[in-house]
Amino acid sequence: MPGVNRRALLQLAGAGAGIFGAGTTVRAQTVEMPFANGTRPLVAYPEKRKLIRMTSRPPQLETPMAVFDEGPITPNDAFYVRYHLADLPLDTIDPVTFRLEVKGLVARPLSLSLDDIKKMGATELVAVSQCSGNGRGFFEPRVAGGQAGNGLMGNARWTGVPLKTVLDRAGIRAGAVQVRFDGLDGPVADGTPDFAKALMLDHARDGEVMLAWGMNGAGLPFLNGYPLRLVVPGYFGTYWVKHLNEITVLDKPLDNFWMTTAYRIPDNDCNCVAPRTALAKTKPIGRFKVRSFITSVADGAHVTAGRPLPLRGIAFDGGGGIRQVQISIDNGSTWIDAKLGEDLGRYSFRGWTAPVTLTAGPHALKVRAVSNSGETQPVEQPWNPSGYLRNLIETTTVNAA
Amino acid sequence: MGIALALGFFLDTGAQAATRRYQLPDETVEFATGPNMEMVQGNCGACHSPDYISTQPAGLIDPRAFWKAEVVKMQRVYGAPVQDADVAGIVDYLVQVYGR
Repeated sequence: MPGVNRRALLQLAGAGAGIFGAGTTVRAQTVEMPFANGTRPLVAYPEKRKLIRMTSRPPQLETPMAVFDEGPITPNDAFYVRYHLADLPLDTIDPVTFRLEVKGLVARPLSLSLDDIKKMGATELVAVSQCSGNGRGFFEPRVAGGQAGNGLMGNARWTGVPLKTVLDRAGIRAGAVQVRFDGLDGPVADGTPDFAKALMLDHARDGEVMLAWGMNGAGLPFLNGYPLRLVVPGYFGTYWVKHLNEITVLDKPLDNFWMTTAYRIPDNDCNCVAPRTALAKTKPIGRFKVRSFITSVADGAHVTAGRPLPLRGIAFDGGGGIRQVQISIDNGSTWIDAKLGEDLGRYSFRGWTAPVTLTAGPHALKVRAVSNSGETQPVEQPWNPSGYLRNLIETTTVNAA
Repeated sequence: MGIALALGFFLDTGAQAATRRYQLPDETVEFATGPNMEMVQGNCGACHSPDYISTQPAGLIDPRAFWKAEVVKMQRVYGAPVQDADVAGIVDYLVQVYGR
């Protein structure tokens, strides 16, 4: 197979080998995502509990919504997994010999071991990571790409060193405009653009962007970027480069597929275009839009009528923090304030609670959040051809009896 | 030479150096039977598993336009080594098997 590298072929050769022992019959557990062609297997990967598998190669695993009801921090073994390209560094990372290279327009190029990096001082930050295409499967009309429900998001307490500290040690030279990030995962075919992303220099030096080696008090799970990943608080996961081993300071904006063609959004007020039309003027995707979810009851659930029902959920935005969460039990006609939970920081999920009592019959429960920057959620989802930025007011339908 | 010696030292002393290995579950999803299936296995299956195809949306207004656009995108944008002569056959398979 010309143009396809050897390591990936070896991974491919492993495919098809029996996974279950002889004589064992295992019926795969599946879940139904609430959109057409939404049957997905629940599969447990090493270091992960059973998650919703979107694709096998590259591995893409979605977090079931029920996990977000466990609390505002998403456990490492339930944290979503998303790769673009299937050549993963499955057996090449040695934590002793691993080096992060810092190069390009710097006064002192660096080659840092994990110990070197950890000695530069650890900071902690709670921040949500969310895939740009979280909820893509719900877009109407449907769009191509990973057909995700709303589970490509997670909130963790990240431990790492501010990127600024590392850049300062290297010394940024005059003329620098962007910083490029590349990880150890890569393409299978020679012609596929390697996954690399860039941040504007001021953003990279804001003191919040972090090189993280720790997640919720443990090391990074392999599939979440072991041994080192970029954490870009408030920004979509496309910038959170995994298995990070190369930082390059650039004198001009990064001109690659992943910056100039992919991950672009309409550059207008709604970041939207008319359905089935192409993008005109675009810009790179950036911060999250404000979102909120009910996590304590699933869509289609049967609940008890006439008794208090403890509604719970989460809300988050791109870094303003959450000012208000409101609940409607009558399909959006009237709204009541939910009580906000502990504030873990402006980049974190914010838990909320709202006890409601439902009369017998079907109810459309809705939740909406307002950020500290005054952003709200739309009633109808604006459309874009990539299925990015979904944040409409979500509806959970329950039957009370 | 210095590097080789240093590496040898690590191996000899059995120092901490140890590669972290991660094993993905075996791939169990297979391409559905259809026309030109082997062509699809070779061209598409080299870079991604069949479920990246089978999970794509149903209820498309124009399945042929959708799948042709995907194949051309893989070829021209993602640099998949797909020969122009194979494009029509791959699209036929995708429309027939997944053109819901």
